[in-house]
Amino acid sequence: MTQLPDRTEKKLGLVIDLDTCVGCHACVVSCKGWNTENYGAPLSDQDPYGSAPTGTFLNRVHSYEVQPEQGTAQLIHFPKSCLHCEDAPCVTVCPTGASYKRVEDGIVLVNETDCIGCGLCAWACPYGARELDAAEGVMKKCTLCVDRIYNENLPEEDRVPACVRTCPAGARHFGDLGDPDSDVSQLVEARGGVDLMPEQGTKPVNKYLPPRPKDQMDRPAAQPEGDIDVLAPFLKPVAEEPKGFIGWLDKALEKL
Amino acid sequence: MHPAPSVIIFTTLSGLGFGLLVWLGMGFPFVTGWVAFAFFAIAYALAVGGLMASTFHLGHPERALKAFTQWRTSWLSREAWVSVAALIVMALYGAGLVFLGAKWTALGWLGAALSLLTVYCTSMIYGQLKTVPRWKTPLTPALMLAIALAGGALLAGQALAALILLPVAAVLQVLWWVRGDMALSRSGTDMASATQLGDIGAVRAFEPPHTGTNYLLREFVHVVGRRHSIKLRIIALILGYALPVVLLLAPFTHLMAFLAVVSHLAGIAASRWLFFAEAEHVVGLYYGKR
Repeated sequence: MTQLPDRTEKKLGLVIDLDTCVGCHACVVSCKGWNTENYGAPLSDQDPYGSAPTGTFLNRVHSYEVQPEQGTAQLIHFPKSCLHCEDAPCVTVCPTGASYKRVEDGIVLVNETDCIGCGLCAWACPYGARELDAAEGVMKKCTLCVDRIYNENLPEEDRVPACVRTCPAGARHFGDLGDPDSDVSQLVEARGGVDLMPEQGTKPVNKYLPPRPKDQMDRPAAQPEGDIDVLAPFLKPVAEEPKGFIGWLDKALEKL
Repeated sequence: MHPAPSVIIFTTLSGLGFGLLVWLGMGFPFVTGWVAFAFFAIAYALAVGGLMASTFHLGHPERALKAFTQWRTSWLSREAWVSVAALIVMALYGAGLVFLGAKWTALGWLGAALSLLTVYCTSMIYGQLKTVPRWKTPLTPALMLAIALAGGALLAGQALAALILLPVAAVLQVLWWVRGDMALSRSGTDMASATQLGDIGAVRAFEPPHTGTNYLLREFVHVVGRRHSIKLRIIALILGYALPVVLLLAPFTHLMAFLAVVSHLAGIAASRWLFFAEAEHVVGLYYGKR
């Protein structure tokens, strides 16, 4: 049913730390691996070894350059997958009921046997979270690894989404964002987690932790006036003016 | 957005076909027998042909019947219901005219209303999408309804109505373009809101997630050169609206009427190509493509 539930018992989702993500794409690879071999149609590739390979991915890592008004530019790696929105516009546009949001945990899923592959849900998603698989003709999206998180055949530490389990930087966190006492909610609270494109009114469950301010080592002015550094005299430049051969060369070249 | 031929053919032809059904349902022209048969055959060829074309872009057209289930929330599902209802009601009304020479006025008006509602549902599939600021406006259904009614009047031989409705549609078309050109920048969605990194500084896409292309780029990030866009707009305005008016003002011959319809159809197809090709989906922001 494409009517969104009034409320969900849980709001399972991800918290992605843009401060710690190193842009290694391990989450992309593990996601593709797990979701190709398990629930639903495999994530196909077209022309994988040819000159123009493309394929279906549920998670992709962008990289952005952010240039502050002063100081050096920052490079920020930006993983993006389905945000499991509370007001998911992809669900309500679906004509067949293939797309739905689960009442028990808030996960947005696609019932692939009902999907006609019209693509309208992907049109309605502002985040590019849904991709129509070119081989299967059905819509694919992040399932929050619904076949891992409740899977009692897996060791307990593996019952998290594949991307979270694999992230070597600890930049991805999984939990119930509807519970204010959960670890992920606490993390969002402490770090000022944000919604992507809040003006779209989708109320994403996934949150992004913005990069923390960089240190100021590149800016001498940032050091308070009158700060006495006992080592400063020893660190003064030893040769203000070149002497000897270099000094002669400097003068000679200057005269040319 | 990718200007897929299937959706351009679908919206152009079915819009015209249902537009003609609106006029036939209202009894303009009031025809019976073989003449009625010819009119209804043209209307059904356009409307049903368009609807068939729309199934070509489906990944699983064999499951198309499932699209009737979610009318509570989905404009696409509502369109499925209303279009089938319109086609059935108008088939009954048409059968009365063709075979019995009977005019069931109430049924005709019901069919006309359903046909108009079909065009509205089609337009709302696009007009509802907040992700495409150029489309998200009441002007989208207004324009598509005006085009359907004007084209329908043209096909139905209602010269006076067409002479009024074609300029109305042309004005809506220009308004829609002018508003559309400012829609993305006014929507409040930009790279800063997409990435939430704007507090730090100016955001620039540094590296895409992959070296090749993908479904999202193919489907949503279609960039039209501005010069081409202006040329096509002029072509659409002349062929779609101006030339048919000129041809209608000339002394009536069937050839002139035919040329007016062909010109209108070509102009609307150009306008519909632009409708998709110029539409900026906000996901392009994540790729730095806006």
